[in-house]
Amino acid sequence: MSAGAVGRAHPRLEGREKVTGTARYAVEYPLDDVTYAWAVPAAAVRGRITRIDPDPALAVPGVLTVLHHGNAPRLAAGVEAELHLLQDPVVHYRGQLVALVVAESIEAAREGARHVLIEYDTEPHSTVLTADHPGLYRPEKVNPGYPTDTTEGNFDAAFEAAEVRVDVTYRTPAYHNNPMEPHATTAQWRDGQLLLHDSNQGSTAVQAALAELFEIPRESVRVISEHVGGGFGSKGYPKAAVVLAALAARQVGRPVRLALTRQQLFGPIGYRTPTIQRVRLGSDADGRIAAICHDAISQTSTLTEFAEQTAVYTRSMYAAPHRRTTHRLVRLDVPTPFWMRAPGECPGAYALESAMDELAAACGIDPIELRIRNEPTVDPDQGHPFSSRNLVACLTEGARRFGWADRDLRPGTRRDGRWLIGTGVAGSSYPARARASAATATAFPDGGYLVRINATDIGTGARTALWLVAADALGVPPERVDIRIGDSDLPPAGVAGGSMGTASWSWAVVRACQELRDRLGHHSGTLPPEGTTVAASTADEVRAQQPMARYAYGAQFAEVRVDVDTGEVRVNRMLGVFAAGRVVNPTTARSQLIGGMTMGISMALHEEGLLDERYGDWVNHDLATYHITGCADVEQIEAYWVDEEDPDLNPAGVKGLGEIGIVGTAAAIANAVRHATGVRVRDLPIRLDKLIGTSSFT
Amino acid sequence: MQNGSGSATVAGDERSSRVAFTVNGTRRELTLDNRTTLLDALREHLDLIGAKKGCDHGQCGSCTVLLEGRRVKSCLIFAVTLDDCSITTVEGLAGPDPLAPLQEAFIAHDAFQCGYCTPGQLCSARGMLDEVAAGWPSAVTDDLTGAVRLTDAEVRERMSGNLCRCGAYPHIVAAIRETAGER
Repeated sequence: MSAGAVGRAHPRLEGREKVTGTARYAVEYPLDDVTYAWAVPAAAVRGRITRIDPDPALAVPGVLTVLHHGNAPRLAAGVEAELHLLQDPVVHYRGQLVALVVAESIEAAREGARHVLIEYDTEPHSTVLTADHPGLYRPEKVNPGYPTDTTEGNFDAAFEAAEVRVDVTYRTPAYHNNPMEPHATTAQWRDGQLLLHDSNQGSTAVQAALAELFEIPRESVRVISEHVGGGFGSKGYPKAAVVLAALAARQVGRPVRLALTRQQLFGPIGYRTPTIQRVRLGSDADGRIAAICHDAISQTSTLTEFAEQTAVYTRSMYAAPHRRTTHRLVRLDVPTPFWMRAPGECPGAYALESAMDELAAACGIDPIELRIRNEPTVDPDQGHPFSSRNLVACLTEGARRFGWADRDLRPGTRRDGRWLIGTGVAGSSYPARARASAATATAFPDGGYLVRINATDIGTGARTALWLVAADALGVPPERVDIRIGDSDLPPAGVAGGSMGTASWSWAVVRACQELRDRLGHHSGTLPPEGTTVAASTADEVRAQQPMARYAYGAQFAEVRVDVDTGEVRVNRMLGVFAAGRVVNPTTARSQLIGGMTMGISMALHEEGLLDERYGDWVNHDLATYHITGCADVEQIEAYWVDEEDPDLNPAGVKGLGEIGIVGTAAAIANAVRHATGVRVRDLPIRLDKLIGTSSFT
Repeated sequence: MQNGSGSATVAGDERSSRVAFTVNGTRRELTLDNRTTLLDALREHLDLIGAKKGCDHGQCGSCTVLLEGRRVKSCLIFAVTLDDCSITTVEGLAGPDPLAPLQEAFIAHDAFQCGYCTPGQLCSARGMLDEVAAGWPSAVTDDLTGAVRLTDAEVRERMSGNLCRCGAYPHIVAAIRETAGER
């Protein structure tokens, strides 16, 4: 690619629409004859519906129908248990969406939902994850296809023989994605064709799933997702809202708008599983690790197996000749966990990067130096070479920018009035993957170009990034290029998730643009009025990629202050340095990295799904009681990156940076809290009651 | 501020009332279900979809609009209580061209990602700057007697009723500070 648009800061293309309120999201398209749906959650945890009486709901003026398992249109079985909605009377978890009221207005639908009478036969339930749960089992594999357990050398013997040993258990609670736009869909059927305006992270997958569920050709489903109000993983695969809206629209023969309520986002759309993680590190007195073991426990539902890859992070992060990782799972009567920003890596890194800090303290060496001493030369897991690995550069550059030098290793030594001050650091890594995608590029006689790909911009800046990549690949100024994304009628592309959106999509865009340039180079005379179009798919190229260890890296630094009387923790400043390949658009890249770290602050200090075992549900299922980081919580936060050219990735040379920002952040904060107070909190979030009860605060 | 005296129940339908208010300078007359919130009136009856529904419970701030110039959460107000009131939504912060300085600053500072909380942030910021100009103190204001100095801490405190899950807070603060400096 010629030097040009890529790498220069550019405001996002849809900025004007977003600041003027004209960007339309899923349930905001003007429609005649529209109806409104409201979902009804199950009040039982485990059991069966024995009776549904819709009559009181139907008596509400404006209510058109009540859908439930006894009358809803039939869906094909075997697509995905989570999506087999309103098909049978079995209740798998409290809050499962078991009925749907459709009405002429939101108000009538909402009132109707309160009046659907449902009776249940209930059975005893189990909803709390424990380390000794009798249902613990070893899944066949963990997401997205990794071996469940790995072992190398002889961990037990090496750990026993180690001069310094750390053996600690960390716990993380359920975390809820909470994108600001709820899962929402407008569904319309016309002559057997299903048109959906839907909030998702990849409408190609939504199109495929809905076609299968309704047993219609894929071409009969069109999914438009022009603007999406965040997802953070929870919209990475079709979920309840889109299926319920399509069922309802078929039933009433009119367009249906359905937005889940905020309360309904705490369960039916997935969440980050709670984890229990035992980490053992054995080293010599200088901190050179001989033995490393990470045993992770998490939960899934009785509907679907979701096996979070919590310990996978430990397989490739630091060197050690003797290593072991395991995953165990238990099926509980809970909603199925799902992806949330850096699933696996994020909670896994909290544990490992905290344990590294504990090892550094036990050895009496600087935690950055400890990480440098255990830097591997090849991937410790598979033995593959790294396509590029710049963790050390992130640590050292971060240390310079943050002002890490001359830090007193001893905890509890800095005090400013009533505040104890401490600093902490953590490493981060996240896989740099790509998935097959397709794109077209068109040249018009007026000198303009159009690039089409069903990418999704959930706020990442993907639309703008692909536009810049396309311009450079075409060798023209960006102003001559139009980019179209967010519509399943466009060439199919992978999900906006797993930090692989830009890598996957830009690959197809570059190939389409290059082929168009080749075509035009051989072309003489004027172009036809409709332009000249070429199509490209990266399926073969992606499949042919040589096995290598491809990861983005990062280092997060935190300075915290802790109130000596109340135990309140505040983050004075956060700083992250990242190595994520080429940065296409510094403007949106910085926003993503800062956003990831901000969600990490939230994870460390604020968020916690509090489950009431009696009702098998989270009691704090709204934004008043489930706390996410607010504006006042982010005092100073900075993101930087190191220059990184990696020829073994993809044509644009990008690694993706949607997740790397969050990965180590919670550990950096926990490590800073320990440095400030001497108290090691091993169960997130770091609430003040976990600090003030300790000897450091009495 | 909220004046219910002029609204009238619709004959034969005690669930609905007629209401007339001004939105972005245009007088609007509507017959609405008495339970319709201002947010749903804007979104479902006037196709003003700038105000967003993030929680419907006054907890996230995405639905923030200006009512008689003051920021309110439009999901917590019944529309039929607003007879003769004046409402400004994000669509009314400026004409389509040019943008208001606040809107320009949000674009320049990349003060949003997904954009869903953005209309609420903008309306909240507009109302907040007017509160500061009027000398209203906040929980972090040291001197309660003089003019408010709009520090980062003041902006952060005053904007904490508007949640942003993408984490654009530092850019929101920078955009607002820059705009305040222009005033």
